[in-house]
Amino acid sequence: MPPADSFQQTVTDVYQSDSRRVLATLIRLLGDFDVAEEAMHDAFRAALEQWPRDGVPSNPRAWLVSTGRFKAIDGLRRRARFDQLDENAAAGELAVDDDEAWADPESVQDDRLRLIFTCCHPALAPDAQVALTLREVCGLTTEEIAHAFLTPAPTLAQRIVRAKAKIRDARIPYQVPQSVELPERLDAVLRVIYLVFNEGYAASSGDSVVRHDLSAEAIRLGRLLVELLPEPEALGLLALMLLHDSRRLARMSADGEVVLLDEQDRSLWDRALIAEGTALAERALRAGPPGPYALQAAIAAVHAEAAEPSATDCVKIVGLYDDLLAVNPSPIVELNRAVAVAMRDGPAAGAGLIEAILARGELTGYRLAHAAHAEFCRRLGRIEDARASYERALSLTRQGPERRLIERRLAALSNSAGPTD
Amino acid sequence: MKYLCLVYLEKDKWHAVPDRECANCGGGLRDRGMLLAAEPLHPVETAATVRVRNGRISVHDGPFAETKEHLAGFYLIEARDLNEAIQAAAKIPPAREGSIEVRPVRELQP
Repeated sequence: MPPADSFQQTVTDVYQSDSRRVLATLIRLLGDFDVAEEAMHDAFRAALEQWPRDGVPSNPRAWLVSTGRFKAIDGLRRRARFDQLDENAAAGELAVDDDEAWADPESVQDDRLRLIFTCCHPALAPDAQVALTLREVCGLTTEEIAHAFLTPAPTLAQRIVRAKAKIRDARIPYQVPQSVELPERLDAVLRVIYLVFNEGYAASSGDSVVRHDLSAEAIRLGRLLVELLPEPEALGLLALMLLHDSRRLARMSADGEVVLLDEQDRSLWDRALIAEGTALAERALRAGPPGPYALQAAIAAVHAEAAEPSATDCVKIVGLYDDLLAVNPSPIVELNRAVAVAMRDGPAAGAGLIEAILARGELTGYRLAHAAHAEFCRRLGRIEDARASYERALSLTRQGPERRLIERRLAALSNSAGPTD
Repeated sequence: MKYLCLVYLEKDKWHAVPDRECANCGGGLRDRGMLLAAEPLHPVETAATVRVRNGRISVHDGPFAETKEHLAGFYLIEARDLNEAIQAAAKIPPAREGSIEVRPVRELQP
C-alpha cells in the first residue's frame, strides 16, 4: 500500500483534473449550486479518508459524484431530524433526482455545458456572468478573480452570492439551450469568454499590459467549449484568441512598454499558435456564413501570415472588414476598417474615415479612435491635428503603458516638422 | 485559506440562539474538516480593555464603544475561498439574530 502522502497527492490531482466535472454533475443532481459545492467538498474529504484504506476506485469521478450525492441527501435528512428550526433543512425543498440514471454518460458529458450556459445566463448581469464562470467552470477562487479584475474580494463575493440567489429564485433551468435559442445563448457564452480574454490581454486599467492568467483561462474555456460544442463561432473565437495570444511576447517591450503591430519583432510571434489559430479560422469560415468571431480571426490570420508589415495583404483585410461590418455593424469595426483602408490607400483615407465617424458623434470618448487619428495626421504632417488628437487620447486612457506610449508620440511630434511617409 | 467568522449580537439577543444549536453548527463544521477553533464569549460587561502607553499598562472595564452589536463569539475556519467561507458563515445560527463578519486571516510576514 502506498504511503498516505501519495494518496493525498492522488486526491489533489483528481481535484485538479475532475473537480469541475464533479461539481457540474452534482449541481444537476442536487439542483442547487451551494448544496452541490458542499457535497463536492464532502466527497473529496471522504476520498482522503477512504482511498488509503480501500484503494483508489476504478472510476474516481463516478465515485466522487455518487459519494457527494449520498452525503448531501444524508446531511439534509440528518439536519431535518436534528434541527426543526432550520427552514433550509426541509428535505422536500431540494429537487433530488432519486433514480440512478444520473450516471448516463451523455448526461454527464453535457453537465459541463449546462454549467457554462447557466453561469452565462442572460438573466445575470455581465460582471456576474464573468465571476460565476471563472469560479464555477474554471475553478478560480474568489480572491484570484478579485485580484485579476482589481476588484475588492468582498465585492466579488457578493456578486457571486447574488448571482447564485438569482439562479435559485428565478429558477434558471440547468440545461443546454434548445437549438432555436442556441445561437443567442451561445453568443452570451462567447461574449463572457472574450471579455475574460480581453481583460487579460489588454487590461483596461492597471500598470501591466498583459494579465496572462486571465487570457490563459479564457483560452482554456474556449478549448473546452470547442470540445463540447464545435459550433463555427466557438471555433472562430478560439482561433481569434490563439492568434492574438501568438503575439503576446512581441507586443510588450522588455521594460513593459506597448509595441504596436507594425513595430513588433515578428520573430517573437508564436508559430505554433498561429498555425493552430489559422487552421481553426479556416474551419470556422468553411462551416457556413461566417460570423463576427470567424471574420475577426480571419483578419488576425492575414496579419499573422505576413513576414513584415509591408507584406500584409491589406486588400484582403479590407474585404474581410467589409464582411464584418455587414454582419456586425458597429463604430468600433468601422474604426478598425479605417485603419485597414489607411494601410491600403494611405493615411489620408484613414484620417478621413475616422473624422466621419467622430463627426457623427460616435467614438468621441474612445481613446483608440483619437490615437489612430493622431497617428494618421502625424504621417500627413498635420502636426497640430495630431497633437490635439494625442492629447484627447491621453485624457481618456487609464492604462500606464498606453499613457507612456502616447506621451512618447507627443514628445516626438515636437521634433518632427513634415510628413514621415 | 483561513477565515475568522466574528459573531456580533445585540445584548438582548445574547442567548437568543440555544447553545445546543451552536454546538451542532461547530460539530458540523468539524465533521467537514473546516473548523479550526470556535468559542462563544461572555457579555461585553465582562471585558477588560488593555492598552500600553509609554510603557504603562492601563485597563478599562466594560464596553468602550457605543455600538449596538458586540462580539459574542468566533469561528476560525478553513475554506477554499471567500465564497466558501461566506457559505459556512451563513450557517452559523446567530446569523439569524445578529451578524457574522468574515475576515481573511493574514499571515505574519517573517
